[in-house]
Amino acid sequence: MGERCAVIGVGQTRYTTKRTDVSIAGLVREAAIRALDDAGLTFADIDAVVVGKAPDLFEGVMMPEAYLADALGAAGKPMMRVHTAGSVGGSTALVGASLIQGGVHDRVLVVAFEKQSESNATWALSTHLPFGASLVVGAGGYFAPHIREYMRRSGAPDHIGALVAVKDRRNALKNPYAHLRIPGIDRAMVESTPMLWEPIRYLETCPSSDGACAIVLASEKAVTGTPAWIHGAAMRSEPLTRAGRETVSPQAGKDCAADVYRQAGVTDPRRDIDVAEVYVPFSWYEPMWLENLGFAPENEGWKLTEAGCTALDGDIPWNASGGVLSSNPIGASGLIRFAEAALQVRGMAGEHQVEGAATALGHAYGGGAQFFAMWIVSNRKP
Amino acid sequence: MPSDPPSALPADTPPAVSDPLEARHVLEFPGGYTRSTGPVIGRFLTELRDRRIVGVRTAGARVLVPPLEYDPDTGEAVTGEYVEVGPAGTVQAWAWVSAPRAGHPLDRPFAWATIRMDGADTSLVHAVDAGAAKAMRPGLRVRPRWRERPSGDITDIECFVPEVTMISAPVRAEYRVRPGAALTRFFTKIKDGVLLGGRCAACDQVYVPYRTSCPSCGALIEEEREVADTGTVTTFAINNLPDPRAPEVPFVSAYILLDGTDIPMIALVGGVPAHEVRQGMRVRAVWVPPEERTMPMANIRWFAPTGEPDVDLSADAPGGEA
Ligand SMILES: [Zn+2]
Repeated sequence: MGERCAVIGVGQTRYTTKRTDVSIAGLVREAAIRALDDAGLTFADIDAVVVGKAPDLFEGVMMPEAYLADALGAAGKPMMRVHTAGSVGGSTALVGASLIQGGVHDRVLVVAFEKQSESNATWALSTHLPFGASLVVGAGGYFAPHIREYMRRSGAPDHIGALVAVKDRRNALKNPYAHLRIPGIDRAMVESTPMLWEPIRYLETCPSSDGACAIVLASEKAVTGTPAWIHGAAMRSEPLTRAGRETVSPQAGKDCAADVYRQAGVTDPRRDIDVAEVYVPFSWYEPMWLENLGFAPENEGWKLTEAGCTALDGDIPWNASGGVLSSNPIGASGLIRFAEAALQVRGMAGEHQVEGAATALGHAYGGGAQFFAMWIVSNRKP
Repeated sequence: MPSDPPSALPADTPPAVSDPLEARHVLEFPGGYTRSTGPVIGRFLTELRDRRIVGVRTAGARVLVPPLEYDPDTGEAVTGEYVEVGPAGTVQAWAWVSAPRAGHPLDRPFAWATIRMDGADTSLVHAVDAGAAKAMRPGLRVRPRWRERPSGDITDIECFVPEVTMISAPVRAEYRVRPGAALTRFFTKIKDGVLLGGRCAACDQVYVPYRTSCPSCGALIEEEREVADTGTVTTFAINNLPDPRAPEVPFVSAYILLDGTDIPMIALVGGVPAHEVRQGMRVRAVWVPPEERTMPMANIRWFAPTGEPDVDLSADAPGGEA
């Protein structure tokens, strides 16, 4: 895995529907400054900058990394952009980490963002070419059939999705950066909302958010403040149109998890990991990823959810921050998972801190569940 | 209810009177009263004519905008010191006028607002041309829109308008697209009512639509295979969210594994109420009559149930592909 690497700073903006008070540059700057403040550093201390966001059609800005160089203090420094659809925030962190693990740099600033209010994600995701009818509209239309198939195979009761929707939104009430705040949310409220893409209900989907997240990564000799050490880092992808492709529990996700667990010495994720921030944009993806990531046997992930194991006071809290279901600036959503994992093991997660968290998983997926990025961080040096 | 402006002169014309004991009576001093401004108000209006907004300083160092001759707090005369304020200000409070009346400064809906000019300690009242009530809020930053020929009157400021905080950035990329060789071949066959697939010899997998390389092993797919227009719904979504590019809701987008193929394709299921569609349901393509065929994939209207017994998916059905 090369040189040791740690997260030494985390910065987030308060996620919200519209940040009309700032430009895109102002938005990323806010997160970057907060991450630098957390690390006790300034832009002058940074060797290179890595930027991630969703495809350009989301805001209609081509090559945003070039536009953002000044805002991120990158003039005269190496700067690059990462591009892996919804998993991009996670991949961006991993690319930044690789620059340190490979011994190229000592301090790297990683920033991911989305300003969804500048256009419309469903439009940007549904740019069908002529010649055919347009049947899949947005991410919900794409993922709904796979959720239905999971429900059929696992025999999970219909209310499991609502349980996740309630749990994550309750966690969000403890996170000052979370977008959705629905005091008093309960199963009945979720189940009273309409089916958008059956079997997905309105309150079982993620919001559209404006926001940015930044982290500062450092080599061992450049560490300042409180480090979260990276113990494993892995990415995998797979083709969307392969015959026999398993879409409920994709092979690339299993392979990615196996790789990151092997690096970190995790043999039983439910036992060895204290808290997980997992990319769950539709509530049913919690039980699905519980299985894909090996926290539960096949077709039994929903039992962990139902038993409360993934709640903040459960034995393996998932998405203590409120997760993607509560805040979704798409390009940043993966990095937020990675950053929240780091905050937990640094003991800096505030009101949603999982007590004694020493090892945490950060996870992101994207495209048609075909890109995966994961890391495991710990308060112990590897 | 619309509010009256402080300086509205001509009242709205009342409806014609039919009752002989009711008459129209107008009190309007011909030509308008003359008013001596005095030095303080005069200075304010003179500066307005030069497109500047000034306030006057009080002995207590507050800046009154619009200026007053005597400090309302103390009754003392104000100092002779004038201070240019603005050009921008901040809305403190506002009321929306949805139906402007004849004496109003604007003939379209607008807001009356108290506006604290930058550098001022008091607020002035003026109209804000904000377009819609939802654009108004306390804290809104506004600037004056000046009359073309100022004359030294408060109406030299036609109204205030919000500062620029958002622009529209039209982006348009226009392409001419052609399907590649494989898709062209597939579409040609579709026109004849045939679904064309291709078999990867290395993987022994049949792909539809026809393609020339295998996404699994990378090998060239050389064997064309005409496949059935019947298949099985492996899974589906019922779409309830209207979209101008999609069929009318609710519509069922389904993964359909055509008989003899190894990868499902996404297609519309019709001819059956959405909630009667099932995983495992057998379906057949409903073709548009040859004389009505236009765009290639529109030649299949949708897939409709065949009425055969459902397929049991419990063994090892793949979930589906995009
Ligand atoms: Zn092959």
